[in-house]
Amino acid sequence: MELLEFARGPVLTFAITVFIAGITYRVFSLFLMWRTKDSSAGRKRSRSAFASAVREVIRRLWPQAVYQQRTMFELVNGYVFHIGLAIIVFLLAPHIVFIKDLVGLSWPALPNNVVYAVSIITMVSLIAALVMRIANPPQRLISTFDDWFSWIVTFLPVLTGVIATSHLGARYETLLALHILSVALLLIWIPFGKLMHFFLVFVTRSQTGAHLSHRGAQL
Amino acid sequence: MSDKKTLGEMLTERGVSRRSFLKYASYTASILALPPTAATAIAQGIANARRQSVIWLSFQECTGCTESITRAHAPSIEDLIFDFISLDYHHTLQNASGHLAEEARMQAMKDNAGEYIVIVDGSVPLKDDGIYSTIAGITNLQMLEETCRDAFAVISVGSCATFGGIPGANPNPTGAVPVSDIITDKPVINISGCPPIPEAMTGTIAYLLSFGSVPELDHLGRPKAFFGEAIHDRCYRRPFYERGMFAKSFDDEGARQGWCLFEVGCKGPVSYNACATLKWNGGVSFPIQSGHGCLGCSEPGFWDMGGFYKPLSTAKGDPLQWAGGAAVAGAAIGAASAAIARNKRNKVMKEGK
Repeated sequence: MELLEFARGPVLTFAITVFIAGITYRVFSLFLMWRTKDSSAGRKRSRSAFASAVREVIRRLWPQAVYQQRTMFELVNGYVFHIGLAIIVFLLAPHIVFIKDLVGLSWPALPNNVVYAVSIITMVSLIAALVMRIANPPQRLISTFDDWFSWIVTFLPVLTGVIATSHLGARYETLLALHILSVALLLIWIPFGKLMHFFLVFVTRSQTGAHLSHRGAQL
Repeated sequence: MSDKKTLGEMLTERGVSRRSFLKYASYTASILALPPTAATAIAQGIANARRQSVIWLSFQECTGCTESITRAHAPSIEDLIFDFISLDYHHTLQNASGHLAEEARMQAMKDNAGEYIVIVDGSVPLKDDGIYSTIAGITNLQMLEETCRDAFAVISVGSCATFGGIPGANPNPTGAVPVSDIITDKPVINISGCPPIPEAMTGTIAYLLSFGSVPELDHLGRPKAFFGEAIHDRCYRRPFYERGMFAKSFDDEGARQGWCLFEVGCKGPVSYNACATLKWNGGVSFPIQSGHGCLGCSEPGFWDMGGFYKPLSTAKGDPLQWAGGAAVAGAAIGAASAAIARNKRNKVMKEGK
């Protein structure tokens, strides 16, 4: 019980504090960063920079036909675990209760068993992503600590959540404490690694879209 | 005082039929989760045992544990436990008072050295030399150490004696500690709960009498027979938890329909006790059945688990207490790092020119 109280109390408070500080640090340092002034007139745009940005965001949700065959598995697998993670985080009743307690917002939950099934699918999908990374030599070669560690901190909360729900191996309060500790680790890591795409994915894609349209790319 | 007759002889004298005695033995075996054959062993063990001397010490407590054991739901059966034991010292139940009561305690300790059982309810204050609770001119600490010196076993009943309970709750002004922090040289059986289930207390005593040994305990020193499973796992509302059907308040439709009380703070998933199976008041009900979430009263530090009505999956305390400061600090560091980068770049650009 002490471990659970430690996890629910000081650890979670520390993790949320680091998370908020880290996110604001990343966002401010990024948006206030100097940008090379593009002195060129640019090509004739077929649409505005904003429209190009939005279009790029939408366009990148699905690869172009020429790449589809080769990247179909990664694409579908990527969607599976991203949607799976979103369902787990936002539609499990105990998680909604946590969010409600934190910010006051709540919404209907899915039955626990449904989220449990989604968690298993998500875990399989995450393992598949890892296997793909290891099995593909070029991908393995360009993988850094950030890639491996980000995978671990994403996988651990799902794994510990499933184990806690299944009451496997230890008492529930210990498993719940480990789950909360793994979430704390994830929260602390998000701002400082590639998981920051959680916040920046559409920002960076918009920037790319606007930039490419300036250079005359047909998006 | 202990009687030299065996319990079997005493019960026969009192007109307790063999049939009702065997029924008690079977009942005790079943609540202890022992195999049916153990009923015979319990019956034989108790029949051949001498009347057990018990000294009951009450320290920083509310007498709720005594209220509980004396209100055991099956009097014909639970009364037997008072026949099996010789309760030689108990503030609430004994006739004697003052120095006569203390003499009774001393006499029992002398007559049954190495054989008597000490039952303790209430926590022991240690702060300022333990002056916050004294009995007969001595501190609780002194009385506990003195009484337990020649005891066969010690049973802590109630969450105060087992884990510090309410006196030990934050900020613990009296420096209250559980019995197991003080008595470390002999077995201490913890029967937690606020109060504990009567059958958990009487069943454990019956086990000690029958087998002369300590029942199997969990990592917190509690008999596994009563504290082996989480209330959540045995709760009749569990299917609603799995289906995601929760009462959001104590008077909404979900509450009226008897849905799961997780969202109104039930601590059943982390509370180990037999409430959902043995229940209370003759098996009539238990807190969750009467519409209130489990408080987790049989767990260490239940008073400080972050609030009785805060769901278990929420953070304890206020996790956003430093959020504003964190956001400002993060923004400031971010802005500063951007400014440094700009500055550096401008410098390089100037030098380049």
